[in-house]
Amino acid sequence: MALDEIKIGGMGASRRRVEDNRFIRGKGNYVDDIVLPGMLHMEILRSNVAHARIKSIDTSAAWEIPGVRLVLTGEMMAARNLAWMPTLSYDTQAVLATDKVRFQGQEVAAVIADDPYIAKDACSKIVVEYEQLPAVVNPFEAQDPSAPLIRDDKENQPTNKIFDWEIGDKERTDQAFAEADVVSKIDLHYPRSHPSPLEPCGSIADYDRATGKLTVFMTSQAPHIVRAAVAMVAELPEHQIRIVSPDLGGGFGNKVPIYPGYVISILASILTERPVKWIEDKTGNLISTGFGRDVYLRGELALRKDGRILGMRMHTVSDHGAFFADAQPTKFKIGLMHSTFACYEVPAAHLTSEGYYTTKAPGGVAYRCSFRVTEAMFFQERMMHAAANDLGMDQAEFRRLNLVKDDMFPYRTAFGFLTDSGQYGKCLDIGLEAIGYSTFKQEQEEARKRGKLLGIGISTMTEPLGAGNSREYDIIGIKMFDSAELRVHMTGKAILRTGAKTQGQGHETTWAQIVAHELGIPAEDIVVEEGDTDTAPFGMGTYASRSTPVAGAAVAMVARKIRAKARKIAAHLLEVSEEDIEWELGRFYVRGNQERGVTIQDCALAAYSNVPDGLEPGLENNAYYDPPNLTWPFAAYICKVEVDAETGVWDVLKFVAVDDCGVRINPMIVEGQIMGGLTEAYAMANMQYITFDEEGNCIGSNYMDYLLPTAWETPGFELHEVVTPCPHHPIGAKGVGECATVGGPAAFVNAVMNAIEHTGVRNVDMPMMPNRVYEALQTGEDVSGMPPMKVE
Amino acid sequence: MYPSRFSYESPKTVQEAISLLDRSGGEAKILAGGQSLIPMLKLRFASPEMLVDINGIPGLDYLRVDPDGTLRIGALCRHEDLEFSTTLANTHPTLAAAADLVADPIVRTRGTFVGSVCHADPQGDWAATMVALGGKIVAQGPQGRREIDVRDFVLGPFANALAYNEIAVEAVIPGAKGTARGGYLKLERRVGDFATASVAVALDMAGATVSHAGCALAGVGGRTIDANEAISVLQGKPLTAENIEAAAEAVAAVAEPRTDHRGSADYKRHIVKTFVTRLLTNIAKSEQKAA
Ligand SMILES: Cc1cc2nc3c(=O)[nH]c(=O)nc-3n(C[C@H](O)[C@H](O)[C@H](O)COP(=O)(O)OP(=O)(O)OC[C@H]3O[C@@H](n4cnc5c(N)ncnc54)[C@H](O)[C@@H]3O)c2cc1C
Repeated sequence: MALDEIKIGGMGASRRRVEDNRFIRGKGNYVDDIVLPGMLHMEILRSNVAHARIKSIDTSAAWEIPGVRLVLTGEMMAARNLAWMPTLSYDTQAVLATDKVRFQGQEVAAVIADDPYIAKDACSKIVVEYEQLPAVVNPFEAQDPSAPLIRDDKENQPTNKIFDWEIGDKERTDQAFAEADVVSKIDLHYPRSHPSPLEPCGSIADYDRATGKLTVFMTSQAPHIVRAAVAMVAELPEHQIRIVSPDLGGGFGNKVPIYPGYVISILASILTERPVKWIEDKTGNLISTGFGRDVYLRGELALRKDGRILGMRMHTVSDHGAFFADAQPTKFKIGLMHSTFACYEVPAAHLTSEGYYTTKAPGGVAYRCSFRVTEAMFFQERMMHAAANDLGMDQAEFRRLNLVKDDMFPYRTAFGFLTDSGQYGKCLDIGLEAIGYSTFKQEQEEARKRGKLLGIGISTMTEPLGAGNSREYDIIGIKMFDSAELRVHMTGKAILRTGAKTQGQGHETTWAQIVAHELGIPAEDIVVEEGDTDTAPFGMGTYASRSTPVAGAAVAMVARKIRAKARKIAAHLLEVSEEDIEWELGRFYVRGNQERGVTIQDCALAAYSNVPDGLEPGLENNAYYDPPNLTWPFAAYICKVEVDAETGVWDVLKFVAVDDCGVRINPMIVEGQIMGGLTEAYAMANMQYITFDEEGNCIGSNYMDYLLPTAWETPGFELHEVVTPCPHHPIGAKGVGECATVGGPAAFVNAVMNAIEHTGVRNVDMPMMPNRVYEALQTGEDVSGMPPMKVE
Repeated sequence: MYPSRFSYESPKTVQEAISLLDRSGGEAKILAGGQSLIPMLKLRFASPEMLVDINGIPGLDYLRVDPDGTLRIGALCRHEDLEFSTTLANTHPTLAAAADLVADPIVRTRGTFVGSVCHADPQGDWAATMVALGGKIVAQGPQGRREIDVRDFVLGPFANALAYNEIAVEAVIPGAKGTARGGYLKLERRVGDFATASVAVALDMAGATVSHAGCALAGVGGRTIDANEAISVLQGKPLTAENIEAAAEAVAAVAEPRTDHRGSADYKRHIVKTFVTRLLTNIAKSEQKAA
């Protein structure tokens, strides 16, 4: 009879993560665990200044150290046309600096030696003569006509501006503002932070001159994109390039870009004809690889007295560092910033953006978010908070009034996105009930009488996850679909490969559950493999919460192709025509005679031993999935805090999260994703940021200064769920990996603001460190760590 | 992160350790818990030629109270030994209050009290409690032992009064003459963070009056701030709101904070004042309850 889906580890089973078996035993296989015969070690010398002309580099003393095999400089890279490489945003980035260094931590030279200690010793013997130039540490300095030109290497780059970009309907938006009763404004800075995966970046390049094959083990969230890029940049034939991304110790967007270290290790292996390992240290990771955020957000809402939103204007000024290396779809210069306000009815909206070079590390990666969606939603919910206050309306009431209603889907947002499903009001209500919203105001007043400051903050949002739909989304021209390949062996066991790349999300567990759901093969009989470009089908990798929406859909689709073939085999085995075959989980049977049937395992065996005439033997297939649309999960996050008025320290009293990410494949993993995301949201709201002094020195280059929260201070989170299946996804799932990092920060900030805004303060920029909160309480004025925004 | 080359020695006696230090002529460093030294090596802020690991020397891991109330802390007594002590809260409440605010639980399993005082970090917690309690460090070298008042021991940021061939073998902290009262408050951005500002207060109470008051600060100056004189305004007085206020003012005045990304100098001074007030008010409250 039909199998019990939960028992076989199918959809909805909170199956334990199979990958944890090796991780908790210390048996993971990370890049640094791999040792190849004859392997050399590489260390990078980084610039200690932010902006300087290189007058000379003397490597002679380094060459003299026994055990040094190669010392590479920009000049030597240039001789091979490899001093510069393309970025994911159609800019160029220095691999090893030739003319100038443009940020502190930039790669200047590399030593390849017998062991990493020798390489490090030799690096310290390289003498670089710099002629210092003024640093440019924020976009307003970059705008200044007297600012030095950072990218003097480029033609047609007379200033430090990278782009101007706009979207939306200016005229209709102006009209809305002309008709408004109230105009509410806010100015924010979303500080620079770093994804900081526990495992830094690294690679082992192994070029075999005899076969002409280049194998690179590396920390990549998107190995196939790397293969394509290496083929194009290094002009090596693509079939001779194998990229392997083994176990990854976290990625969070940091491991999407291609970094100079990878490229240098490849050249070093070609030159030495030995495998070359490069493992970045923690500081190297923090100061030179893809950061997140660093953008000023200014906005206005046009409001009617009754609380309806008439229009929205937004302007962003972003700091991209020395090279425009954002990892984002080509069409959108400031990512999906225009997804802001997607959950609200906004008749007219207009967004303008300007981006600048500064003498800071490049990156602009989507740190646990779908291309700047974090900034978009933070802006949205801080703007909503300010607007409700300006209108004198209750925060929940104001949101409920403007949320898109359940019967309005599919709903076209002012910026042209199509949201397709959700129960926004229901999520909000569950959250309000759980936090005790109805009695909070009274509680707050009574606490204030006792000298205690309580606050409550709401953040409701829907975000676009799971690019692409290849019409609109590509990265360096490659369309954003994904893939899966399934082979069912003769005994009914199977191997599944996808073009995604797990890095903590638990694909090895959940993909097997999708196959179990579609085929009735127990999840434990399916092995999942990803990350080796020689074996996995082509895919765009894992980031932007796209694995389940895209690769996960491909898994369902390939399983359905297998089922269709198995049905033909079942008809043959049961000696009836295909039309008379019915399916129940794990089994085909003859219509009208449920007793007479064959299992999926019977069909697998027959595929190799008893194939009907005219049918190919074997039971394997692949599927490429191009999603018709993004998926739109919704979340309501509500936070209650107490602020210590004497110190500015704030504590979370309660945090409620209501997530609707559609159908949940493995509820335990979903909850883990939400808790992890909320922890990062808390980190950003409270402590985690990277700043720079006037000379461009990075403050936050180690874990003493760059603070990640521990289990000790991270508050508890109460999770609730609502399920509105995605109408276009084969199993009704939506992305979820990033909802909490995206929607979470505003809940914390709004809560603290609610506790202190009786003083008149409108905004304290993140991180809301105690000294900032205390200052706001004392002065009643806005507090920011950054200079005020200027608009050209 | 790869340190420079060094040789490693693991002596079995204090004498042996001293002769290793002596022979190295100042190029050796003692390795105790390693929780400050190892990071310094990895960052190449320190590049000694030799490490003298004292962890193999038996008999240095004690935490004991003499009959006269004096507390003795051996060079290998770990932070967590103080944290989990069942008697410390009665004899030396200032230390007990600080114990679980030093670093994080993992670091506390290895880091040593004496090593922390030797390291002389201006943000270090134990040095502040030592100054408030009038502690001493016992140094042993080729010429034998000597006692150094902690105020003469901690010379400045990361500098102490030991000669290159001396080992700090013990910390000695006097017991209270009357009833021991005290506390420690620290503003940190998260667990394991060094102090943005912290305050150690140690009082001897004779009935309702303060017979002796000690105080020191961490994080608000180029070295551990000695606020003993400032808090002496409490001497011979009861813990009234007025006296507390005066003491808090006096202590805040001797802080030497600097503005940085953790906050302005004014903010840190304000935190010192707030913490002194809170610590003394808590003591006053518990005294009232006890009475
Ligand atoms: C993540 C982290 C967080 C931390 N947070 C805090 C904090 O909040 N507050 C705080 O106070 N500390 C903190 N520390 C430092 C920690 O307390 C260290 O344990 C302590 O500072 C040094 O003690 P140790 O035994 O580890 O000494 P080691 O690291 O072994 O040595 C430190 C220095 O003292 C010298 N030394 C050690 N023992 C002796 C001796 N017996 N005689 C002579 N010289 C000696 C060494 O040669 C070295 O120069 C932190 C450390 C880490 C890694």
